[in-house]
Amino acid sequence: MSDSEQHDQQTEHTDHVVPVKTYIGVFLALMIGTMLTTAVAFVDLGRWNTVVALAIAVTKMLFVILFFMHVKYNPGLTRIVIVGAFFWLGIMICFSMADELTRSWEYNPLPWNPSVIVPYLSSLLQ
Amino acid sequence: MSDTALHHPNPTGFAHQFEELGQQREAGRLGMWIFLATEILFFGGMFTSYTIYRALHLQAFETGSRLLGVQFGATNTAVLICSSLTMALAIRAAQTGKSKSTIVCYLVLTMILGAAFIGVKLWFEWRHDYIEGLVPGIHWTYNGPYPAGVQMFMCFYFFMTGLHALHMVVGIGVLLVLTSMAARGRFTPQYYVPLEISGLYWHFVDIVWIFLFPLLYLIGGRYSMGGH
Repeated sequence: MSDSEQHDQQTEHTDHVVPVKTYIGVFLALMIGTMLTTAVAFVDLGRWNTVVALAIAVTKMLFVILFFMHVKYNPGLTRIVIVGAFFWLGIMICFSMADELTRSWEYNPLPWNPSVIVPYLSSLLQ
Repeated sequence: MSDTALHHPNPTGFAHQFEELGQQREAGRLGMWIFLATEILFFGGMFTSYTIYRALHLQAFETGSRLLGVQFGATNTAVLICSSLTMALAIRAAQTGKSKSTIVCYLVLTMILGAAFIGVKLWFEWRHDYIEGLVPGIHWTYNGPYPAGVQMFMCFYFFMTGLHALHMVVGIGVLLVLTSMAARGRFTPQYYVPLEISGLYWHFVDIVWIFLFPLLYLIGGRYSMGGH
């Protein structure tokens, strides 16, 4: 009883205040990440260009989520929601790609032009 | 009875259905994160289709990417990161009981930076694309290689950056309301949930851009452009 009361009081009064130093540090890390990712784009790394760009983007995202969005200091329930959201995103991307990449089809995109699209759509309806 | 109490009979914003303020704050945050989960999947749909079409038309997407001004994309990334910092500092100012003018100042700075982002987008990028004839369906005069695939890339570019900019406009609207609340002294170290959950939204929009920037501007083989 007294335990739970103590816990309630703690959650009420001790919402974590992030030090300004931490915010400035995260800000600088994000700025350096932006410069780095821009600079790397001008170096030929073959297919690794994409990997490096996405790795830097994910790192920047983690900095924003953990510190600016206070998730580092939030309870587990919030983290479950976030992990769940990205898990669903992963399902959407992975399953779609698994379907697309295992088909051997020739795909010809239609130009973004009403004079082409309207006849095409009406041909589908017939 | 104090003046504040007269204007705000419930200065902590404490709602009766909660046991205590900490629980109320946590419920607010959790609700916002569930909304953001739907937003992740909303933008995720666009990222998924981008990935599929990029895989189908790699060369065309790389050619299209090189038509965009990387200097504007990079500048806007920096502007958004600055705005995320000022937003975080606005919330911190409320948490630590700083004066209402401090909170208002940080919120106005955030709005100015958000407006600067949209300004760069509209004036230096979209207007320029229109003049160059790179807007599919409206003004399209591109006659380089992979015409159909490049058109597809530009459609993705306009829909993705357009939806992102729309979220920025909504964010600035939310910030206007917050500024007016802050100016009326509504935020205290006990009550700042509106600031905090709006901050979550603002940072989320920042994260979307953190991914849009490399996907649209950077991974198009810029190293092969020579003098540019």
